[in-house]
Amino acid sequence: MLKSLTSQLRTIWTILQHSFTKAETVQYPEQMPYLAPRYRGRIVLTNDPDGQERCVACNLCAVACPVDCIALQQGVKEDGRWYPEFFRINFSRCIMCGMCEEACPTNAIQLTPDFEMCEYDRSNMVYEKEHLQIAGTGKYHDYNFYRVSGLAIAGKDKGQAQHEAPPIDVKSLLP
Amino acid sequence: MSELDTIGFGLILIAAAVGGAAILTWFERRLLGVWQDRYGPNRLGPFGALQVMADMIKLLTKHDWVPPFADRAVFVFAPTAIVVAMLLGFAVVPFGPELYILDLNIGLLFFLGMTSLAVYSVLLAGLASNNKYALLGGLRSAAQMVSYEVFMGLSLMGVVMLTGSFSLRAIVEAQRDLWYCIPQFLGLFTFLIAGIAESHRLPFDLPEAEHELTAGFHTEYGGMKFAMFMLGEYLGLLLISCMITTLFFGGWLGPWLPPIVWFSIKVFALICFFILLRAAIPRPRYDQLMALGWKVMLPLTLLNLLLTGVIALLLEGA
Ligand code: SF4
Ligand code: SF4
Repeated sequence: MLKSLTSQLRTIWTILQHSFTKAETVQYPEQMPYLAPRYRGRIVLTNDPDGQERCVACNLCAVACPVDCIALQQGVKEDGRWYPEFFRINFSRCIMCGMCEEACPTNAIQLTPDFEMCEYDRSNMVYEKEHLQIAGTGKYHDYNFYRVSGLAIAGKDKGQAQHEAPPIDVKSLLP
Repeated sequence: MSELDTIGFGLILIAAAVGGAAILTWFERRLLGVWQDRYGPNRLGPFGALQVMADMIKLLTKHDWVPPFADRAVFVFAPTAIVVAMLLGFAVVPFGPELYILDLNIGLLFFLGMTSLAVYSVLLAGLASNNKYALLGGLRSAAQMVSYEVFMGLSLMGVVMLTGSFSLRAIVEAQRDLWYCIPQFLGLFTFLIAGIAESHRLPFDLPEAEHELTAGFHTEYGGMKFAMFMLGEYLGLLLISCMITTLFFGGWLGPWLPPIVWFSIKVFALICFFILLRAAIPRPRYDQLMALGWKVMLPLTLLNLLLTGVIALLLEGA
């Protein structure tokens, strides 16, 4: 009984001492918290170093997304490049998990440290390709998918990619 | 005071009490913030004081809804009861030598009666809501009541014994030489605990207990009816602080400053102490509260009564 009473009095004293400690609160809109560059916020689609769209519309991000909030349609350009005819992310469902970024083979889809995307109208949370696409390369500056992949596009034939040997005509190797 | 003066003072008192209770909602949050290393509402107006207005506007414009399954008449009556009972309690508080509404010769009993009536509000709200959480809250409030009402009244008998009167003015006047918080420290301790339980403040807010019972007895209440309960709670806090000041800390007595200032300072300090208790102490289970009431507090008050009686008799004989 006495022990619990002293413990209560000690609690009161400890709390009273907190009158002189500083508040931990970050006064958010005036005082922005530091967000690490790898913070997972609003999603962007990036360009490769040559200024071409990176996304090849492989749908891997849409498959990886646990809440199924990515929708896109593949198209092929005249030079042989694949690209998304439309690319839609429903941010009212997105949980900013970053799975899409992990899955993307071309580093096209990336998460940025911006989380201030409030809207009064829910339908405004659906971002189309023109809202997602940015002009820069995002976090990866050198990677260009078409320069390392074997796919032939205009101006780069089979065997001309980095670390790629020219194709071998297997029939010519016959004894 | 003349009749008209008394009525005027009464109106001022009601306005001050209700306004004070409203300001307290903001003040308490700021103070809790200080003790919990955060800020509390600090955006609206100077130091966030206009938060009170914002809350009021919000509560006033809320849909005033009575659940279809509730007992309508009692449901509407319950929140009024607590406010009326608490406001009536203020009638007997002497704020200064001439500043009071009623100087009943049974003032103390009147106060005890009024605060006990306020419990009905909680009980009836719990019953009328027809909701399991509300009912549990009401039940707890009943259990709480039977454990603290007994020693609440008894804890004050020492004060009455020393003064020889139930009149609150006489009690204050009798403390000219020595405040009763020293000879009656046991009484003060027990009355403090009973007072917190009476006003349903943390750590004894068992009927509300938002962590276990959603919101306890006022689960079904919203808008202004909910605001009435809040108002009642803060009025209770004010009233209990006024009473402790009057009974144990010499009421308006004090050197240099005018009586009403002394009274306000003491009440303010007590309110801060109550808020500190809220910040520091966890809520007990209700069987623990009952055990505390019956096994510790009641014997303590009886002991206090016995000792006070013996000493008073000895002093009289000497
Ligand atoms: S961050 Fe997660 S939830 Fe959002 S689009 Fe990418 S995979 Fe889907
Ligand atoms: S963003 Fe990446 S993963 Fe998604 S379709 Fe485009 S290339 Fe594929």
